[in-house]
Amino acid sequence: MARFLGYRLIQSAFLLLGVSIVSFGLMHLAPGGPLSLYTLNPTVTAQDIERVKALFGLDRPVHVQYLKWAAGMATGNWGYSFFGGRPVVDIVLDRLPATLLLMGTALALALVIGVAVGILSAGRRNSVFDYASAVAAMVALSLPTFWFGLLSIFTFAQTLRWLPAGGMVSTGGGGFVDRLEHLILPVVVLALVLVAQWSRYTRSTMLEILDQDFIRTARAKGIRRSRVLLNHGLRAALVPLVTLAGLQVPLLVGGALVTETVFGWPGMGMLFLSALNTRDHPVLMAILMVGAVMVVLGNLLADVLVALIDPRVKLGHG
Amino acid sequence: MADATLMAVTIAPPRAGLLKRLVRHRLSILALVVLAVLVVGSAGAPWLAPHDPEELDLASRYAPPFAAGHILGTDDLGRDVLTRLMFAGQISLAVGIAAMLVTVVVGFSVGAFAAYYGRWVGTVLMRLTDIMLCFPSVFLLLFVAAFVTPSLASMALMIGLTCWMEIARIVYSQILVLKSADFIAAAQMVGAPSWRIILRQILPNTMAPVLVAATLNTANAILLESYLSFLGYGIQPPEASWGNMLTNAQSDFQVDPWLAVFPGIAITLAVTSFNFLGDGLRDALDPRTAGR
Amino acid sequence: MNAPAPALPLLEVEGLSVAFGRALAVDGISFAVARGETLGLVGESGCGKSTTALALMRLLAGARIAGAARLGGDDLLALDEGAMRERRGADIAMIFQDPGTALHPMIRVGDQIVEALHAHLPLSEREARERARALLGKVGIAAPEERLAAYPHEMSGGMCQRVMIAMAIACSPRLLLADEPTTALDVTVQAQILDVLRDLVTETGMGVILITHDLGVVAGMTDRVAVMYAGRIVELAPTVTLFARPVHPYTSGLLDCIPRLDSGWDEPVPAIPGSVQGAMDLPGCRFAPRCPRASAACAEVPRLREIEPGHLVACWNAP
Repeated sequence: MARFLGYRLIQSAFLLLGVSIVSFGLMHLAPGGPLSLYTLNPTVTAQDIERVKALFGLDRPVHVQYLKWAAGMATGNWGYSFFGGRPVVDIVLDRLPATLLLMGTALALALVIGVAVGILSAGRRNSVFDYASAVAAMVALSLPTFWFGLLSIFTFAQTLRWLPAGGMVSTGGGGFVDRLEHLILPVVVLALVLVAQWSRYTRSTMLEILDQDFIRTARAKGIRRSRVLLNHGLRAALVPLVTLAGLQVPLLVGGALVTETVFGWPGMGMLFLSALNTRDHPVLMAILMVGAVMVVLGNLLADVLVALIDPRVKLGHG
Repeated sequence: MADATLMAVTIAPPRAGLLKRLVRHRLSILALVVLAVLVVGSAGAPWLAPHDPEELDLASRYAPPFAAGHILGTDDLGRDVLTRLMFAGQISLAVGIAAMLVTVVVGFSVGAFAAYYGRWVGTVLMRLTDIMLCFPSVFLLLFVAAFVTPSLASMALMIGLTCWMEIARIVYSQILVLKSADFIAAAQMVGAPSWRIILRQILPNTMAPVLVAATLNTANAILLESYLSFLGYGIQPPEASWGNMLTNAQSDFQVDPWLAVFPGIAITLAVTSFNFLGDGLRDALDPRTAGR
Repeated sequence: MNAPAPALPLLEVEGLSVAFGRALAVDGISFAVARGETLGLVGESGCGKSTTALALMRLLAGARIAGAARLGGDDLLALDEGAMRERRGADIAMIFQDPGTALHPMIRVGDQIVEALHAHLPLSEREARERARALLGKVGIAAPEERLAAYPHEMSGGMCQRVMIAMAIACSPRLLLADEPTTALDVTVQAQILDVLRDLVTETGMGVILITHDLGVVAGMTDRVAVMYAGRIVELAPTVTLFARPVHPYTSGLLDCIPRLDSGWDEPVPAIPGSVQGAMDLPGCRFAPRCPRASAACAEVPRLREIEPGHLVACWNAP
């Protein structure tokens, strides 16, 4: 286990190294560079720009800048926001819990519903339920998340007034129920796409597994159908499903960004958008990296889980 | 005799698979029909549209659907919504399809070069693919879009350049399998140059999965364009795209909720159709799932 | 061994037909198995042997099944799915060809056996575990306690097949269907598995349908044999009779195909010319195109008829 973990950790580290180079490169390829906003502003003089460049170390060679930046990222010194001058690491970490809450809740909801729908569809292949869920999943996958979010705000917040239209807590409020009410719409909107993916993937995985010999053996034992599906079918499906969960992290992170912007959810996505409007370079870079770290960690976690679940994966005890 | 008894005792109806395939098929055909309508409506907008897309009718702003002369009503400046939807479709569909072409070209090149030349070229290219896959594509796209003057071409290029990785992986693995296949070895043995082997032998063999991925990429690209334009980083008004028609939907909602509905339906219709089409293609092209 | 057709059969199959879509895989076969009797079902692959067994277990998806299969007063083919589930494992059990894929790869062997026990017997967890260990001992697994905690991939093919047998006999079924139980195993292991099966039959008195294409296995294991060709039974006889006096040309052909130790090394092993391909669509006798004795009469379907006590054959040209 230790060797496997070590190998995967080193692999992930190299991946993140590549990620950092690509994002740093992208930022410097951007027309006007990191200070594009200032160069376009007529009230900012050329001397001002030189001064800011020197201040942020932007006048040095690119590779020096990169090494300095990468070392900073690794050691928790993520630089300072162009606006207000707060340490980026504080700004981002302030927003992280909100995003994690949104993503975690949506993922949990999607897992439960998606896997259940997928198993039912596979168990009743070609039934009305199977078709209905297949078509519903396809439409759900095709709905623009931001539009679905808008419609749900119009319907449940503005028209029916059942739920708040956005934010995380009411001004002055902050009780558990209040927070829960704020959570419902964003979570449902974010979970919709995930549910659709999970149900379809669970269904096809289960169908593949239900064709296997060991399922026939289980049925020959005379155990209940539900037990065949869950104890034998779902157990064998766990490995591919956990792998999918790992691969789904980019979708989850991206979906969280879109959802946050629609609902004004004060997480990393909102921060990213406001940083984008002000071209707040260090913040953008940091969030891009945090997003990528989440993806890499998600995959790593999925791999470790698979190794733990599947007895056939041989783990070196070294 | 046996057949007669069989008719009487039916334990599991054998029609199930057929029924399923019929439904699937019908959905794919329906998707094609919807797409045809969308394409004809958008491409033919200059001739078919009931109004001019820039024509302001300040006397009848925020007209509801079926108001005099405006089937889907008018927007905040009194422009005809149906007309704008049709013209917006030109942009949105064009961006989607152009972006898809970019993903195919880039993805195919990366995958093919990596697989065919192997060694360090292959390693570098496929690691780059892995790295690109670590970025949630929306982040990457917004990041780039904020620094680029938006146009149809730049949008298509940006979206394409953030979504080519899946095709690269498909092509890479397909070619690796094919490389060890006998007929490729035979082509090499008779001295066919490598570009020729790529074009004549490998291209047709990787077509099926790439076609499916490309169709699904079109759907995804339309979604991304609409989001980008909705946020204001995409197609700029007064030029209409389905996404930017929704930009003011939230503030206009109290006045005219319909403005929020139709562009979203247009996006959903287009995306659903491409998704169903891709799904149908997958079923049709993959013999393994034909019976499912 | 030379048992006549049983007087009071355990299982009585009548006119069993199985169709997938328009294709008929088994075409109106009838046979019976007595208590403590082992019936061999032989034939080339694709002749409908396994389909017959799976039809009796009602484990065929998307197939239409007709006919009757009476086991202890119930027609297995007429039971509703719930009642059939209660029979599986309890009254009629099955072991499969490839033990490597037939066991769940992610469940410990012990838990798989315990699950089979719990399905039909009111046992406590401890009793079930105790019973599982005893079962493993019965099928000849050394150190059963340790094996209970093992996963299938940690055991050999022969060991897995022993586990499969232990699982199948867990609830003392009256009838065991063994579908090519030794085909996937090494020759030395084959003999051990067959020994285990034979001992169990003697001890428990259950009826067995042994499906195989290996006539050596048939000779050593069975009391009677049914030879199948293209979905029909062409000859049914006590094993000794069948080997001594095969009547159907297909049976004779099969027996001739066994390589003999006393034949010269350069003599070719005889083979039946032609193939079974397309035989299902023939209107008359399906073996006719490959048959050395075919005649005009073969255009009509030959029925099984008794030519001596307990010896049935479906051939127009049989003596």
